Amino acid sequence: MTATTAAPVAAPPEPHVKQPSARLRAWATRAPLLPALIFMIAVTQLPFVATLVISFFDWNALYPKARKFTGVDNYQQVLTDADLRHSVWTTILLTVAVVLVSLVLGLALALLLDRRFPGRGAVRTLLIAPFLVVPVAAALLWKHVLYNPEYGLFNGLLHYVGGPQPEWISDTPLLAVEASLVWQWTPFMMLILLAGLQSRDHQQIEAARVDGASDWQIFVHLTLPHLRRYLELGALLGSIYIVQNFDAVFTITSGGLGTANLPYTVYQSFYQAHENGLASAAGVLVVIGSLIIATFALRVVSSLFREEVSRA
Amino acid sequence: MSATASRVRPSRPTGEAGAAKRPGRTRGAGLGLLAWVLGVLFFLPIAWMALTSFHSEADAATNPPSFAAALTLDGYRDFFGVGGGASPWPALINSAVASIASTLLVLVLSFPAAYALSINRVRKWTDVLFFFLSTKMLPAVAGLLPIYLFAKNVGMLDNIWLLVILYTSMNLPIAVWMMQSFLAEVPVAVIEAARVDGARLPTVLARVVAPIALPGIAATALICFIFSWNELLFARVLTGVAAETAPVFLTGFITSQGLFLAKVCAASLVISLPVLAAGFAAQDKLVQGLSLGAVK
Repeated sequence: MTATTAAPVAAPPEPHVKQPSARLRAWATRAPLLPALIFMIAVTQLPFVATLVISFFDWNALYPKARKFTGVDNYQQVLTDADLRHSVWTTILLTVAVVLVSLVLGLALALLLDRRFPGRGAVRTLLIAPFLVVPVAAALLWKHVLYNPEYGLFNGLLHYVGGPQPEWISDTPLLAVEASLVWQWTPFMMLILLAGLQSRDHQQIEAARVDGASDWQIFVHLTLPHLRRYLELGALLGSIYIVQNFDAVFTITSGGLGTANLPYTVYQSFYQAHENGLASAAGVLVVIGSLIIATFALRVVSSLFREEVSRA
Repeated sequence: MSATASRVRPSRPTGEAGAAKRPGRTRGAGLGLLAWVLGVLFFLPIAWMALTSFHSEADAATNPPSFAAALTLDGYRDFFGVGGGASPWPALINSAVASIASTLLVLVLSFPAAYALSINRVRKWTDVLFFFLSTKMLPAVAGLLPIYLFAKNVGMLDNIWLLVILYTSMNLPIAVWMMQSFLAEVPVAVIEAARVDGARLPTVLARVVAPIALPGIAATALICFIFSWNELLFARVLTGVAAETAPVFLTGFITSQGLFLAKVCAASLVISLPVLAAGFAAQDKLVQGLSLGAVK
């Protein structure tokens, strides 16, 4: 295994040999990769290039004849548009809140599940379930079955204790969306952090315990540093998915009450307003935002990955 | 970890260890109980959804909630359009076609690619892997408009095969990453032996590598299936009547239609069932798949 890993790096002259057989062999090695690679470039990279091009045009789908090049006008319009700026802010708020809360809850649950207790497997199964509900179905469940002010479960339970009967979605719309997403994403964080906890060096922990370290000291000085990269990974993968969230916003509030995030705004500006140029410019901005997160994410994944490879 | 500690302690003959054991055990039981309470709390909305789906519409919409109301299948009858109304079957079939076909296509494309990235490695294989990963980080909305315009021009709007292609591209990076981490575990000696015996590459892949990596391949397939089945944005924009998928069918319930809670719950549960089944089947490999192979 190690030999195959090192070979292409350690022997650079070989691939440069101009013998046809060597070149043929290199292509034979590449051949199984090519269909997947070409497919990915065609389906994911070309549309993005097209988006970039369209973003420089003034183009409303209802008036296709009036299409013309406008340079960075769309970007100026998008960046100065109050609705759009608000949706950027909403996206940040939504992503940060959901990722942080589900990360903390996920950590607590992972720590609880790392202990042995009767029915541990059953509790793990119960906890994973929310992640395995179709996102639209989960959003419908929260919107109609839990939040509904007249007959939703929350107000029903509050009724028993004589509590208030709030209008969950119209009183706190963004919080309503966030709570449903936290419910779905906490299991994801828990799974990653549990895997992190289980990869700890148990001998080291036993040694610390023998030396008289308290549970809290072990958690702060051994567990947390070990978990750091798993926390980063969970936060970044979670961010990538939640920045792109469309289902919950679309279902619970239909983008109303100030909950429209960037993906919803992009969807709306071309699906309902037919503003192709503006939608593309907004799309390019979403990409730039994601790329910033992605750069960090890739770094974390790559450090975990390289560690894995060097261990193999 | 704490279990090993408490298992060691009772064997110690000293009296002070016995004294230290008791508070630790009650605390352990307390934490176990807390885990159960939280697990049940997280599951509660799903349990309530399941119960409501078996209630009549009148019983489903009461405040305070009627926990012990009579059970009925009316919600399911309503959802399946027994008493008139749109049948969900075309949408369910479309979802099944899109998910299964795209998953098969993903496997066909990712398996050889993973071979070239883990067993018989191409040069710069890590760069290629990270290229695949980076495409996953481009938000879907960014490519939506050109894909829509393209589909409109070639007449592929409202066509389930367009979704098959898009879902394949959505899942291919995950599959390549997962597969390469599974294939890297296949012993090289076995492959070398088959090669020495004169087997050609397709034969080696099908007869030697695939059987060994089968659990990993199955987990990859299940995770790709889940993501395709769940997808809403592309399906919502690119399909209409003919190619509507199950999540798009569910968006029909966004605006309230009188008493319809039991029907919504039945619909949500039925449409989530394939995902719940696939997710529990892939439970052990779920983390590895969701973290793109970074966590094992």
